[in-house]
Amino acid sequence: MPLDQSFVGRSYPPTAPYEVGREKIREFADAIGDASPAYRDPAVARALGYSDVIAPPTFAIILTMAASRQITHDPALGIDYSRVVHGEQKFSYVRPIQADDRLQVVARVEAIRSVGGNDIVTSSQQVSTVSGEPVVTALATLVVRGPEA
Amino acid sequence: MIRLGEIEVGQELPAQTLPIERASMVRYAGASGDFNPIHWSEEFATSVGLPNVIAHGMLTMAVAGRLVTDWTGDPGAVLDFGVRFTRPVIVEYGHQTQIELTGKVRSVDIESSSATIDITAKVADQTVLAQARMTVRLHP
Repeated sequence: MPLDQSFVGRSYPPTAPYEVGREKIREFADAIGDASPAYRDPAVARALGYSDVIAPPTFAIILTMAASRQITHDPALGIDYSRVVHGEQKFSYVRPIQADDRLQVVARVEAIRSVGGNDIVTSSQQVSTVSGEPVVTALATLVVRGPEA
Repeated sequence: MIRLGEIEVGQELPAQTLPIERASMVRYAGASGDFNPIHWSEEFATSVGLPNVIAHGMLTMAVAGRLVTDWTGDPGAVLDFGVRFTRPVIVEYGHQTQIELTGKVRSVDIESSSATIDITAKVADQTVLAQARMTVRLHP
């Protein structure tokens, strides 16, 4: 059964604050194999004009994917997460995430389409500091693969 | 550091080939919090109709972005980064899957001191990303 179109436009409550730590940034940078010292050495980050170590561009996914679980695991929407694959991902940055940021995320359902037996769900996640400064916006498209013919 | 005045449309970035193996995916799952078993359990992946475990799309995206941020030297100067995942990156047990990355300057915008790079990511000569594009701010 196709997903309920009435979810388009629905926003979910802001997530609990996420505190960005230097060691989490380092762990993520190690996991993607990115050796840039800007993620690890505050002096290097400061020389680039940042106040503390910065996070890799895709670090935001930690927060945005967690926030989008409100959508993907909303029983009322009923997505079968075992059939979800990632279709598309975009980030628009105001500034890099950096250590010591306290961030929250608002997730919103942007579009629901049905194409060739698959459901395609596009959602946005606005990441801002807890005091309301915008940091990065993500746009994620997930494909819920239909049953095999 | 690359400066805006030093680059031109059509210019190619230094190519890179970066490996993904099963251990990378376990590590990425832990670091990112994405524990979807299609990325680490062969049994689960095949039971939902996938050919084998597939790399996290976000790991491929992160690896692809390095082509540009390694080149500019400032990974904090990214304004936009987007990709479409067009083909799953299958990672066989005991093997490294090589992601072959090339990039080309698509446009240069003097007014906003930024440049947009088209990224091509291939595995075994087949593209795995489409519309992979990063816009970065550069010093004049």
